[in-house]
Amino acid sequence: MSTRLATGGRLLNKSAPLSFSFNGKQMRGYEGDTLASALLANDQVLVGRSFKYHRPRGIVTSGPEEPNALMNLGQEGRFEPNARATTTELFDGLEAASQNHWPSLEFDVGAINKHLSRFLPAGFYYKMFMHPRPLWKHVYEPIIRHSAGLGKAPKAADADNYEHFYAFCDVLIVGGGVAGLQAALAAGQSGARVIVLEQSPHWGGRAPVDGGRIDGASVEDWIAQTLAQLRGMENVTLRERTMGAGVYDHGYVLGYERLRDHTPDAPGPRHCLWRIRAGHVITATGAIERPLSFAGNDVPGVMLASAVRDYVTNYAVSPGDRTVLVTNNDNAYLTAIALKHAGLDVPAILDARVLPQDSQLVAQAKALGIRVLMGQGVSSVQGSKRVTGVAVCSQAGEGAVLEEIACDAVAMSGGWSPVVHLWSHCGGKLTWDKARACFRPDQDHPPTGADGLGFVTPAGAAAGMFALDDVLHDAHAAAEGVATTLGFKPAREARSPVAERREEAPMSPVWQMPQGASVKLREKTFLDYQNDVKVSDVRLAAQEGFVSVEHAKRYTTLGMATDQGKLSNINGLATLAGALDAEIPSVGTTTFRPPYHPISMGAIAGDARGDTFQPIRRTPLCEWHEANGAVWEPVGQWRRPYAYVQSGESTHDAVMREVTNTRQNLGLLDASTLGKLIVRGPDAGRFLDMLYTNMMSTLKPGKCRYGLMCNENGFLIDDGVVARLDEQTFLCHTTTGGADSIHAHMEEWLQTEWWDWKVHMVNATEHYAQVAVVGPNARKCLEKLGGMDLSREALGFMEWTDGELGGFKVRVFRISFSGELSYEIAVEAGQGQAFWDALLVAGHSLGVMPYGTECLHILRAEKGFIMIGDETDGTVIPQDLGLNWAISKKKDDYLGKRAQQRSHMQDPNRWKLVGLETTDGSTLPDGAYALGRGENENGQKVVEGRVTSTYHSPTLDRGIAMGLVLNGPDRMGEVLTFPGTDGKTYEAMIVDPVFYDPKGEKQNV
Amino acid sequence: MLILTCPCCHVTAEETEFHAGGEAHLTRIGPGGSEGEFESYLFMRQNPKGVHLERWRHVYGCGKWFHLARDTATLHVYGAYSAQTTAPPDHIRTAIKDRHPDWRWQGEVNQ
Repeated sequence: MSTRLATGGRLLNKSAPLSFSFNGKQMRGYEGDTLASALLANDQVLVGRSFKYHRPRGIVTSGPEEPNALMNLGQEGRFEPNARATTTELFDGLEAASQNHWPSLEFDVGAINKHLSRFLPAGFYYKMFMHPRPLWKHVYEPIIRHSAGLGKAPKAADADNYEHFYAFCDVLIVGGGVAGLQAALAAGQSGARVIVLEQSPHWGGRAPVDGGRIDGASVEDWIAQTLAQLRGMENVTLRERTMGAGVYDHGYVLGYERLRDHTPDAPGPRHCLWRIRAGHVITATGAIERPLSFAGNDVPGVMLASAVRDYVTNYAVSPGDRTVLVTNNDNAYLTAIALKHAGLDVPAILDARVLPQDSQLVAQAKALGIRVLMGQGVSSVQGSKRVTGVAVCSQAGEGAVLEEIACDAVAMSGGWSPVVHLWSHCGGKLTWDKARACFRPDQDHPPTGADGLGFVTPAGAAAGMFALDDVLHDAHAAAEGVATTLGFKPAREARSPVAERREEAPMSPVWQMPQGASVKLREKTFLDYQNDVKVSDVRLAAQEGFVSVEHAKRYTTLGMATDQGKLSNINGLATLAGALDAEIPSVGTTTFRPPYHPISMGAIAGDARGDTFQPIRRTPLCEWHEANGAVWEPVGQWRRPYAYVQSGESTHDAVMREVTNTRQNLGLLDASTLGKLIVRGPDAGRFLDMLYTNMMSTLKPGKCRYGLMCNENGFLIDDGVVARLDEQTFLCHTTTGGADSIHAHMEEWLQTEWWDWKVHMVNATEHYAQVAVVGPNARKCLEKLGGMDLSREALGFMEWTDGELGGFKVRVFRISFSGELSYEIAVEAGQGQAFWDALLVAGHSLGVMPYGTECLHILRAEKGFIMIGDETDGTVIPQDLGLNWAISKKKDDYLGKRAQQRSHMQDPNRWKLVGLETTDGSTLPDGAYALGRGENENGQKVVEGRVTSTYHSPTLDRGIAMGLVLNGPDRMGEVLTFPGTDGKTYEAMIVDPVFYDPKGEKQNV
Repeated sequence: MLILTCPCCHVTAEETEFHAGGEAHLTRIGPGGSEGEFESYLFMRQNPKGVHLERWRHVYGCGKWFHLARDTATLHVYGAYSAQTTAPPDHIRTAIKDRHPDWRWQGEVNQ
C-alpha cells in the first residue's frame, strides 16, 4: 500500500494538517502536499479511468506532465475540470472528484471497452462511422458525445477575477531550478533586468531530490544562498507559481501565474497572465523522464522513477512497500537508493543494459543489498487496479518469463527528454542526441527575432546537460553570453559554481521491452496514457501507410490529449521509426505549440468580460433614451434605442405605435451614430468619383446626393448621403457600422494608390449630434423653434443649409430615409441634449414621439430602401438591387467598375431585388429561402431566392418583405413558396419593393 | 507578436497596434484591363516562405500606411519604408541581399 512515512518530507509542514475530500471521502494531508502526494498518502492509488478503454489509472508523475490524475475540482462558479493532481497544491477544504467513469471509479461500465480493444484499433472512428450517413447524426454522434471528453464543462459563470500584467526585461529566464537560478545570478550581476519564472511554488527544481554538493555546500543550502543573493538585487524579479506558457514572435512570452489556486478564499485575482517582452529568453525548463514501453505499464502503481523519488523525499510518501525498479540508465538508481534509505524494500532492479563493470551508482545499490538484474526487463506487470507483481524477462528476448517478483509498485525510467517546448514554439530546431537518446535544441538554429538573430537560448537540462556540474556551467555560460549580446558586461566577481561529479555509465535506449515483444504484449503496452494509444496502434498506423509523424499522430491520437504527449511523444516517435525501419531523427517530431501546459480561459480573457468585454459607444442623448424606456440594440459598438417602450405595451406594440405616429404626426430619431466623414481638398471631387459609383464632382455646393460605395471586387459595401459643403469640401454620411471601416477604406486608397492627390479626410462622426425630424408635422415643429426659413422653396428636397433654430447653431439636411417630410439636423455634440429637449417642447402639440431603429427599418422597408447588411451580404452588387440609377455611366472608372464587368457579375441569372407580399398577410420569416423546382446534384431542394428584410407594416397592416429572387423583376405577380424553420410554409407574391407612396409625394412637400 | 517600427511616426510598437494589408506593390487594373490581368490583380498573391514585401497600417497610431520587408519564415524585419512608392528603395534591397544574396526584386537583373 502507499502510505505516509513517519519521517522526512522536505516540502511538508507537518504542524499544519489539512483535510480534503476525494469523491466525497474525507482525507488528511499537510500543508506543502500536492493533491497527488496527499492521495498517495491516503492509499488512493486508483485516481481515474482512461479515456478510451476506461482502464483503471493511477498517478504516474509528480509534475505537469501527469497524464492520468486529472480531477474535477470545486463546485459551481469555482468548478474546474481536468486539473492535474500533481500540480494542485493542497488546501484545507479542497474538494476533488475523479473523472471519466460511470457509475463509480471502482466499478465502471465503460471498462467493457478494454475487452473490445482489439475491435477499437487506431483510426477506428474514421473507419467505423463513415457510413451510412444518417446513422452518424442520430446514433453515433450522440453516443460519442456522451462518452467523449474527460472532465465536465463548467455550467456556472466563473466566480473569480483574472488579470493581465505587462512586463519588460532584458533577460527572461523560464525555470527556477538550479540552472535558472545560476543563469539569473550571472545575468543579474551583469546589470541586465531579469525576470525568472518558476511554475511550482518551490525554487531549485529537482536538484535537491537528486542531491549532490555545489561549491562544498549541499544543493539545498546553495539554492537558499543563491535565492538570498537574487532577492537582494533590484534588477531581478522572481515569480514562483508562474509558468512560462508560450514563446511567440519577436520575444513575446506569456507567463501564467496561479495566485490563489492554493488559497481560494484570499482576496485578489485568481490567475494573472504575464505579457512579457524580453530582449532574450533563457529556457531553463529542465527535462522530463520517459516511461518504458512494457506490457501493463499503465497499471496503477507503475510510476516514473523520478516521481517515486520525489514522493519519498519531498512529501514523505511511500508509493509502495515493495518497489521494483526498471531502467535503462544510472539516474534511476537514485530512486532505489532513496527508497532503501527510507526503510522500504526494493526487491530488484531490472536494468535493460549489460554493463561491462558496475558504475558508481550500481555499486552503491548493490552495497545496499539490492538485487540488480542486468540485461533484464519487465515482460508484463501483474494486477489490474493495483500492481501485484512483475514478470521478469530478458530484454533481448521475446518475453519468456524468467521469474515473477511480487511488489506493489514499479518505478520505471527510460531516460530523460529535455523540455524543448518553449524553444520550439517560435521555430527553434531540434537535433537528435544519440548518446543520450533525446531531442535537444539545435543551437545553430534558434528562433529568430526582428533582427534575424536568435532570441532564445536553452540552459541546463533543457539544453541536454544532465549532470549537475554541466548544468551549472552551461547555465552560467548561457547567461553571460546572452548578457554580452545585449550589451551588458559580465561582472568581474561572477563565476560558475563547481559541483561534485558523479561517474555515470551511459544509458542505452530502450523503445520496446522486451525488444522482441509479441503482439499480445504490444497490445498491452501503452505509449499515450491519456488517449489510450498503444504500441500496437502506432505500428498499425505505419502499416496502413500513415508514415508521416503528423499523420500518424492524428490517426492514432498519440500526443493529442491535454498533456500534449509530454510523456508519450518520444516513445511514440521511436515506435513509429521502428515500424518504418527508419532512424528517429528522420521521422522527426510533431510541432510543439503553446501553451506548454493548459492555462485557464479566465486568464486569457483577463478583464475583458461582462461590462468591460468591449467599449460601448454612447451618443450624447444616451441618458435620455435610457430614462425614457429605450430597449437597446447594439449596432457596431454603439448602443441605439430599438424602441421606446411605454408602460403597458410590448416592444412590438411600441414599434407599431412609433411607425404610425411618425407617418401621421411627428417622430424624432437620434441619428448621431451615422458616420460623418469630411473630405476636403482640390482633388476631393475626383477622389469621391473614384470611391462612389455615382458622379460626386458635379454636385453643387448646397446640394445632397445619395451615393453607393463598392469595393474593388464590385460588391456594395456602404451607402449614404453626400453633401457638398463648398467647392473643395464634401461631407460623406456613412452607415452607423461603417463609419470607421469606410474611413479606413478611403484612407487606404488615398494613401496607397492616389497619394499625389490633394485630399485630406477627417472622421467627424462624434463631433455632432444629429436628429432626424420626420413626419407631416416636421416643418411645423421646426418653424415653432424659429430662426430660419425651411419652406419648400427655401430648402428643397436633397438640399442642406446652415442656420439657427431656436437659438441653436444648426446644419439642416433635407433628406429622408422614411419617405416622409424629413429634416436631419446636426448640432455640436455638446448641444445635442438641449436641442432634443427643445424639439420635444416645440413638438408637444404636434404629436411628437421618439422612435427607434426598428421603426426606422419598417419606415425604410415600406419605401423599398435598402439597408447595408440586410439587402447586402458582401456578395451583392448595386445592379442586383435595381440601383443602376446610382451608377454613373459617364465615368471611366470607379472602385468596383472593372469587377462589375466580369462574367459572373453580368450573369442574367443573378438574384435581383423584389418586394414580397404574403398571400395571407402574415410576416415572412427572416432569411427564408424560396423553393424552385426539383433537386440539385446533392439531392437538396433547388432554391431560387431568399428574404432579406421582413416586417409587419402597421401602415399597410400586413407583412411586407424584400428579397433577392432569380429573374425577380420579370416575375411580378408570381407566388413563391418559403418553408419556415417553424414547420410552416409561407406563400408570397412578387411585387414592387416600394410598398408605400411609390411616387414619392410625401417626402417632397 | 511582431514588433514593428512605423517609418512615418517612428514609433516602435507591438503588432496589435498595426493592421496587416497583404502584398505590397500591386499595380491596380481598372476598366480596360483584360480578364487575366484583372484576375491576377484582384486574387493572385505571392505567398513566399522567405522575403515578403507587404503593406501595414499604423492603425492605432499615426494612421499611415507603410511597407515592410520581412522574412515570413525567420520573421527577420529588413526594414520599413514609405507606401508612396512603386518599388522597394535601395537600402531595403541591400538589407535583404545581405541575408539573401540571390534575392531579386521583380525584373531586377543579376549584376
